[in-house]
Amino acid sequence: MLSRESSATLMSAVTAFLNREARLQDEHQYEAWERLWTDDGVYWVPANGANIDPEREMSIIYDNRSRIALRVRQLMTGKHFTQTPQSNLRRLVSNIELMDEQPGGDIAVASNSLIFESSLRDDTLWAARNEYRLRHVDGDLRMAYKKVVLVNNDKAIYTLSFLV
Amino acid sequence: MNVVRRMVQWNELIHPDRVHGSLYTDRSIFEAELQNIWYRTWVYVGHESEVPKANDYVVKSIGPQSVIMTRDEQGKVNLLLNRCSHRGNQVCSYERGNARSFTCPFHSWTFANDGRLVGYAFPDGYEGQDRMELALGRVTRVESYRGFVFGSFAADGPTLKEHLGGAAETIDRLVRTSPEGEVQITAGFLKHRVKANWKFILENECDGYHPAFVHTSIFGVADSMIGKLYGGASTALTRDYGNGHTEIDLRPEFRKRDLPMSWFGTSEERLPDYAARMKAAYGDTAAREIMIDGTPHVMIFPNLFIAEIQMFVIQPLGVDDSVQHVTALQFKGAPDLNRRLRQQTMGSVGPAGFLLADDSEMYERCHRGVLARNPEWVFLGRGEKRERRDELGFRIGHVTDEVPSRGIWAHYRKLMETA
Ligand code: FES
Ligand SMILES: [Fe+2]
Repeated sequence: MLSRESSATLMSAVTAFLNREARLQDEHQYEAWERLWTDDGVYWVPANGANIDPEREMSIIYDNRSRIALRVRQLMTGKHFTQTPQSNLRRLVSNIELMDEQPGGDIAVASNSLIFESSLRDDTLWAARNEYRLRHVDGDLRMAYKKVVLVNNDKAIYTLSFLV
Repeated sequence: MNVVRRMVQWNELIHPDRVHGSLYTDRSIFEAELQNIWYRTWVYVGHESEVPKANDYVVKSIGPQSVIMTRDEQGKVNLLLNRCSHRGNQVCSYERGNARSFTCPFHSWTFANDGRLVGYAFPDGYEGQDRMELALGRVTRVESYRGFVFGSFAADGPTLKEHLGGAAETIDRLVRTSPEGEVQITAGFLKHRVKANWKFILENECDGYHPAFVHTSIFGVADSMIGKLYGGASTALTRDYGNGHTEIDLRPEFRKRDLPMSWFGTSEERLPDYAARMKAAYGDTAAREIMIDGTPHVMIFPNLFIAEIQMFVIQPLGVDDSVQHVTALQFKGAPDLNRRLRQQTMGSVGPAGFLLADDSEMYERCHRGVLARNPEWVFLGRGEKRERRDELGFRIGHVTDEVPSRGIWAHYRKLMETA
């Protein structure tokens, strides 16, 4: 158990991390966002519920670290037409909570996010529950795992080509 | 019956090398398509492997209509309309499950999973009523081909086999990719919605002209062999099977490479278990041929697209509102291949897919584009002068030619003209 002070310190570091991640995503700073990942990072956006088995069932995104890099490289070409022009984005991150500690010492964090996307198609509102495993690497926090559960992931959804 | 049908002169809107933009945007044309295509011809609904056990069900659709595909106690597959025969409430609100019967939440009428009305709540008041008349509605004809279940609302018309015609062979080609000769649909669907007319999706599936441009961002950063298949120097073909079915036939390119599993960007060495099972099932020579030729890239009109490693089902909801339901193909007896198929499929399709996000962007922009009044036409003439026929008499062209679109529109015109 963390003492009250150390958990407050951790909370503020985590909050700063999540806010920074949100800004990098909203501002299409793809490479800086990629640097937030650990080398074994997993980026998961399930479909059809929160708890499907991504090794057996289809997910909207189920990227290992090299596929995260590929996703970023595709965005960087400037020819990923669904992001040319780029979506205008702003997201609110809230309800940040430290969750039970993970084996191996990763910090488990959960939050909610509400994302406003304005694109050529239309304006779209996305809402999600996010779960993270964060890790201290060389004094900085990094993401080892990010799961984004869209509240409407069981329905037909429009193209989601920004970093969610 | 339909006013629109009498008013529209289809031959004025559909020419061999161009179609009128209003065909994609006019609401009354969309309504006429529901009647003449979606509620009349054979439409793909689901796969038998989605309801493997007695009493399994899964909710599917035909156009905007919700259809429950059930396997009843006898093992028969039924296509029931999700509409209570009392006051119309939807009787099934879960996407899948196992149930002997469906009880309507409104007044508790209960229907067996073969559609029969088995009980009313407070049965007094129904003296003399014939329950048989109050069964759930059914899709009029149901037939399946190698596990693929199709439905038609028309009492008569061509059989499914007749409708599939030459394209049936592409499904044969697909299932033999399994050492046990069966496709399984078990990975769940991604549902990707687009603000575009369904025919833009239909045409895009066998448009071999666009990949070099639309998918340049991913071909450039992933070392993919796909790009070359769609280049100017490719020997791959487009084919029009008639009845609206179209194909991009990549076999000439794969045969040139002469490497088993190259169609999937892998090799026998990386799938030793699969390769061994294929040889045991088909013999060395046939297994090698199958593993070189790969799976088809075929669009079965109007809504089933088999795209080598994945399957799409196109659903029109409105004139400018469509859903692409997509899942990884899984082959019975091929666990090592199936894992890769799922991973690749998740990467490439669905709302965040490396390929489909850009395709979908194109349909949506086309849809907004054709709302412009001038020029009025969509041009489909690429390769018209160099079309030829293959040994079976089907029209073929270069992989970048618009043979498929011309085939689709010729069939569409026939369906819309013959009410
Ligand atoms: S509407 Fe179904 S029982 Fe009344
Ligand atoms: Fe494409």
